[in-house]
Amino acid sequence: MPTETAVLIVLLALVAVVALVLVRRRSGGAASRSQPNPTLAAAVPDLRRRLGRTRSALAQAFRRSALDEAFWEELEEALLAADVGTEVTAELLAEVRARHPATPEAARVALEELIADSMSGADRSLHLDGNPAVILVVGVNGTGKTTTIAKLAKRLGDEGHRVVLAAADTFRAAAVEQLRTWGARLEVPVVAGASGADPASVAFEALETARRERADVVVVDTAGRLQSKTNLMDELAKIKRVLERNGASVSEVLLVLDGTTGQNAVGQAEAFRAAVDVTGLVLTKLDGTAKGGAAIAIERRLGIPVKELGVGEGLDDLVPFDPRAYAEALLEP
Amino acid sequence: MFETLSRRLGAAFSELRGKGRLTEADVDEALRNVRLALLEADVNVAVVKSLLGRVRERAVGAEVTKSLTPGQQVVKIVHEELVRTLGGATAPLVRPAAPPLVVLVVGLQGSGKTTTAAKLAHHLRGEGRRPLLVAADLRRPAAIEQLETLGARIDVPVFSDRKAKAPKLVKQALKHARSAGHGAVVVDTAGRLQIDDDLMTELAAIRKIADPDEVLLVVDAMTGQEAVNVAEGFLETADLTGLVLTKLDGDARGGAAISAREVTGKPIKFVGVGEGIDDLEVFHPDRMASRILGMGDVLTLIEKAERAYDEEEALRAAEKLREATFDLEDFLEQLQRLRKMGPLQQLVGMLPGAGAALGDVDIDERRLARVEAIIRSMTREERRNPKLIDGSRKRRIAAGSGTRPQDVNALLKQFAEAQKMMKALAGGRNPIPGLALPGMGRSRRKR
Repeated sequence: MPTETAVLIVLLALVAVVALVLVRRRSGGAASRSQPNPTLAAAVPDLRRRLGRTRSALAQAFRRSALDEAFWEELEEALLAADVGTEVTAELLAEVRARHPATPEAARVALEELIADSMSGADRSLHLDGNPAVILVVGVNGTGKTTTIAKLAKRLGDEGHRVVLAAADTFRAAAVEQLRTWGARLEVPVVAGASGADPASVAFEALETARRERADVVVVDTAGRLQSKTNLMDELAKIKRVLERNGASVSEVLLVLDGTTGQNAVGQAEAFRAAVDVTGLVLTKLDGTAKGGAAIAIERRLGIPVKELGVGEGLDDLVPFDPRAYAEALLEP
Repeated sequence: MFETLSRRLGAAFSELRGKGRLTEADVDEALRNVRLALLEADVNVAVVKSLLGRVRERAVGAEVTKSLTPGQQVVKIVHEELVRTLGGATAPLVRPAAPPLVVLVVGLQGSGKTTTAAKLAHHLRGEGRRPLLVAADLRRPAAIEQLETLGARIDVPVFSDRKAKAPKLVKQALKHARSAGHGAVVVDTAGRLQIDDDLMTELAAIRKIADPDEVLLVVDAMTGQEAVNVAEGFLETADLTGLVLTKLDGDARGGAAISAREVTGKPIKFVGVGEGIDDLEVFHPDRMASRILGMGDVLTLIEKAERAYDEEEALRAAEKLREATFDLEDFLEQLQRLRKMGPLQQLVGMLPGAGAALGDVDIDERRLARVEAIIRSMTREERRNPKLIDGSRKRRIAAGSGTRPQDVNALLKQFAEAQKMMKALAGGRNPIPGLALPGMGRSRRKR
């Protein structure tokens, strides 16, 4: 939608909102704002207790002997606490109930199967088509793109591939140095432009370098960008376009998602898919207590498979995603 | 997926209005929807429970203001409770008895600590406090270079030592700051998971040595349920004094703010709203509460509207919009009225979901002035029926408004487009995914 039309629409919408709200409130009278009263301090200990309870909600749920409402409530809380989201949680619970499990343990097994089944079937291998194959790595700020690339380069190197890294994050201060440090540690060449250089041209240069030096994989690091910033999303699309126009085969576009991210992750996946046709997800920071349940919603709704998990800061801490193991971990009491 | 609260409640309660006191049934019905809205905004499930418990206590038996439906009344109470939970007022940095002010910036990997540290230093420099930045993230490759680059950009010195261990480095930095007469020290630390025992032990050591006035936990606004565990972990080890919420320029609703605030009891002191060095703002609890509830700032919008419109006019405009007979003449009139309510960009920002739905759309007042000039150069008949506008009329309008015939063309085309969308809207479909338009019928974001 062109900007000007958007602006017109918004203004019209503004008029509409104002008008309709006023009409609905014909009886008039401004809302009074009552004074807050201080009960927060008193409420906090209560919260601690509640938190402790939620953490063990699953443990408690599966210890129950009967499938009563309290059991379902605890199960719901556990899924919500894993960032599965309200809609998918409701769907999953409905599906489990439909199977009429007899015991809490049966319900757990059913749920685990449902989650694994709803995620399995997808092709989770990394595609390295073309010579060189290009892997474009994208995501919002701070999800772990550069670290993921280092881990990926390590694994590809171990598998006998010749890798070139493209430092196309020309925006963040010292992002290039960060990738260079990894490159030096892994003995993998890093192609970089000047700070502020056009990222698409850096990616293109890396492609040329790979061709010249007979490397078979180019991994492109890009600047973190919030999916709501349309101009930055356009820039990303341009990187991919320039690569493809120059005969590159961008065989993987990996969206790196922070495992601690909540429901915004779904919007991220949607927006990045629209911009660069994401082929797979890398879920990072899963070595903490976060479960990354938003990935379930992304697979179910958008069909983008999770391909890799980041489980630590070491170079070997990137593991292929396994739906069964994931479902099991998610429901681990 | 992100059906907003106001719309939900609008549907649930459209029949009931001003009926004395809120009954338990009213409250429970409303809170079911509020619960979902808070969970979708990533407020932790346990925090939601405790919040709703407090709301319920206040709401049952509360009087329903004549102009509100019971659902709206409950939302109002929820909003107040959120504002209170978020801290009520803004919280400035503490003033130490003797300089330097020592600020420790801590958090998970990728939350935005380094950027926040630089922004803070820039902010302190603006206050004339001669800050020193300390690069104590010795783990992430090039973290020191990143801080040095940012320091150079804002003209703040950066203390670093690639060989030292973090606690010792901080000790040296403080000694240096005192002797060099720095008024403030901002320490950037390595990102760490709250369950990483080694690193948390190191953080405790840094804290002990630095004896900071402020320990700020940087929390990514997109954080989900995990926010409580993170906040709790850092509260225990680092003895936090406040929170900084980052990446608020994105479209996350930011429920993590509530979770972290409630679990630590520490105030949110700043918010990061962009990648620029100036993009650090003081925190406004009421705006955050509206954002989390997906309300935009409809309350303020309504207040402004009540001053600018009278009932008759509102009714007329609503009718036209519903029947999609809203023409350029009406547009001009409404535009002037909107102007009276405040800067348009600000008004648009009050629409729930506007930021998310429209990305970086700027209301360019200059462009808009041109649009106005074009419309003003039309006759009343032309405004009512743009089909009349042929080539020669276009040239006349362009000449009259100091624009080109292409501009007139573009406007007519855009308005036709906009009218089509309004028609869709009136028919109950929302043409702008994600934009919540209260009272515009039920519509869902397309998948």
